[in-house]
Amino acid sequence: MTSVPAPKRGRFKIFLGYAAGVGKTYQMLEEGQEMRRKGMDVVIGYFEAHGRKDTIARTEGLEIVPRRKIEYRGTLLEDMDTEAILKRKPEVCLVDELAHTNVPGSERLKRWQDVHVLLEAGIHVLSSLNIQHLESLNDQIWQMTGVRVRETMPDWVVDQADEIVVVDVTPRALRHRLERGVIYSREKAEKALENFFTEQNLSALREIAMRHAAHEIEDKLSAQEEAALAGGAQTALSAEGPKRRECILICIDERPSSAVLIRRGRRVADYLRAECIAVYVSPDPALAHLSQEDREAVERHLGFARNLRIRTEVIEGQDVAASVVEFARAQHATHIFMGRSLSKGWTDRVHGSTLNRLVRLARDMEITIVAERRR
Amino acid sequence: MPDARPSPEELLQRVEAEERQAKRGRLKIFLGYASRVGKSFRMLDEGRRRKQRGQDVAIGSIQSKVGPDVQGLAGTLEIIPSLKARMDGKDDEVLDVVAILKRHPQVCLVDELAHDNPPGSRNPKRWQDIQELLDNGITVVTAVNLQHIAEQQDAVERITAKRAQQTVPEAFIRSADEIVIVDVPPHDLRQLEPVSAEQTRRLSELRELALLLTAEVVDAQLRQCLDREGVEVFLGSRERILVCITPRSHAQRMLESGRRNADRFHCGFLAATVRQPGLSQADAELLESNLALAREMGAQVHVLDATDSVGAILEFAREQGITQLFVGHSLTSRWRELLFGNPLDRLIEASDAMDVRIFPHPASP
Repeated sequence: MTSVPAPKRGRFKIFLGYAAGVGKTYQMLEEGQEMRRKGMDVVIGYFEAHGRKDTIARTEGLEIVPRRKIEYRGTLLEDMDTEAILKRKPEVCLVDELAHTNVPGSERLKRWQDVHVLLEAGIHVLSSLNIQHLESLNDQIWQMTGVRVRETMPDWVVDQADEIVVVDVTPRALRHRLERGVIYSREKAEKALENFFTEQNLSALREIAMRHAAHEIEDKLSAQEEAALAGGAQTALSAEGPKRRECILICIDERPSSAVLIRRGRRVADYLRAECIAVYVSPDPALAHLSQEDREAVERHLGFARNLRIRTEVIEGQDVAASVVEFARAQHATHIFMGRSLSKGWTDRVHGSTLNRLVRLARDMEITIVAERRR
Repeated sequence: MPDARPSPEELLQRVEAEERQAKRGRLKIFLGYASRVGKSFRMLDEGRRRKQRGQDVAIGSIQSKVGPDVQGLAGTLEIIPSLKARMDGKDDEVLDVVAILKRHPQVCLVDELAHDNPPGSRNPKRWQDIQELLDNGITVVTAVNLQHIAEQQDAVERITAKRAQQTVPEAFIRSADEIVIVDVPPHDLRQLEPVSAEQTRRLSELRELALLLTAEVVDAQLRQCLDREGVEVFLGSRERILVCITPRSHAQRMLESGRRNADRFHCGFLAATVRQPGLSQADAELLESNLALAREMGAQVHVLDATDSVGAILEFAREQGITQLFVGHSLTSRWRELLFGNPLDRLIEASDAMDVRIFPHPASP
């Protein structure tokens, strides 16, 4: 067993769209067909037809690995059968709806985790994703559209894709498709046109998707550049000398707004290519001073941060401002992010608020009070 | 601040513009970042689908060197022959505007938007031919490469060391009713020989540029849509950074950070100051040099007149859809704060829709 070398990781390609119906699945199938014509062994691991005739027609001739049936509380549910795909071992596997949450009783919680298993087994994966499922955009999208997207996926999953393709149509064309009943049933389409699929929502999501794709491309280019620099190669850009990497320290508390803070910190860190650490300051490292409810909330926030690949620390200390700044210094943090609630806490007439004390102590850092997203 | 309420003359002009717009054909552009991304295919495919839905579609111009799939698609549509011409010793084709106007299809497909017509043609540039078709109520679907947009030439040259000979003004691209990005990873470009790592890098940079340009056009369309619907504040689709400038703040540090952040987010970068009455000569000079620095660093600079500086900055930030407000904070003594209140606390209290980034600096003497 141990002598078998791990297979080379498969290539991961994501078809990124800004809404349902832009044609992600269609284009993914189209590419699958093209690969099959070139003689590659292609299967469909999971595919959601939504009754769209054009799309269904594109599956013709492609092998579909049957879905797994899972019984849950007396109902028979279906989902992708990762084990069967591994056993079948195709060269290429098509997996629709990357952000999907698996049905209860599945081995893994999320479909993207199954995709990772396939990639690790050396299978190339083509998958589809809508922009609103990215975790770091969750608050923004809620603020814009009034819709709180429940199925989210950490941004780093997308960062790991070898290729991202933007599947684009204009909002006008998309709304026409809806009106013609191509995407949803007539009744569902009418509702969608009034609510989520308004011209302004679609335009905004489209802009975000394009900007995100551009960011991903830039990120890959800079990573390559950094790798080249580390390898000793001289480029024109190295003339400035190596810049110190920025580091964002996020100060969370037990309040629900900490989730907003963590998402925002992650997003800014991604754009600044900064490190990211989330901290909770507590007089007791075991958090025993908190009520059970608050303790669970803090632990949930820390877990959420780790999920987004943010390092977390509980710092022992009585004085939030002093402890945070001391820790920030030790970590060479350049930014401190906090919420409005924390910044106001601990106010007393002699020393002022946590924020005022922090500003006095952290003169060399940038201190950001994160917006409260409201509607 | 411009007065938001339009005058009767402006309203009339707006109505007339809308009427002209209503009679005008629609312009739809497929934008790519390189040849072979499949723009012509997408354009013709759109023509095919429109024809299927019963629209009257004709091709006004099609490239001569195309793959079999594009040829196949073109074969299903009516072609209005273009005029043959010779330019610089080469065969050239010119859109037959007269023939198209006479045939007057509902939708006309025109490949290669950036094309110079030979001397003596009806219009010097193909985009002007298209303009005529649009003015006459014909909808035009066309395709163009990023490299051929005049205002993008400098950026493109930095990447490829080349400039295009035939270009189309960016304003024409921005005037499109609809723009679609044809996005393909460099890896998948059609009929291309294996590309080197260096070529892939260049193509990726062009691709990023094309995506960002399209995002800008989409944003402009979004703003128009919000205007029509009367939505005043709409956050979320883009970042915008505003640096607040005072005489004694560390303007350099704040502006450098603002610039770096704006570059990373590819977002708007503004600087504003509130003109204070009774500023000392020394402070007035400091303020001027800070504002000059802001301009030098590419910030859009605004000088506001108000007595309440915190209120004025916040109102301006809201109007401008700012998502990140950069402020300096002077470390005044605690007793002063207790006596006069802390403007930072007030600012944060009242600015819940945006991030406030604080840059501490020593107290003024």
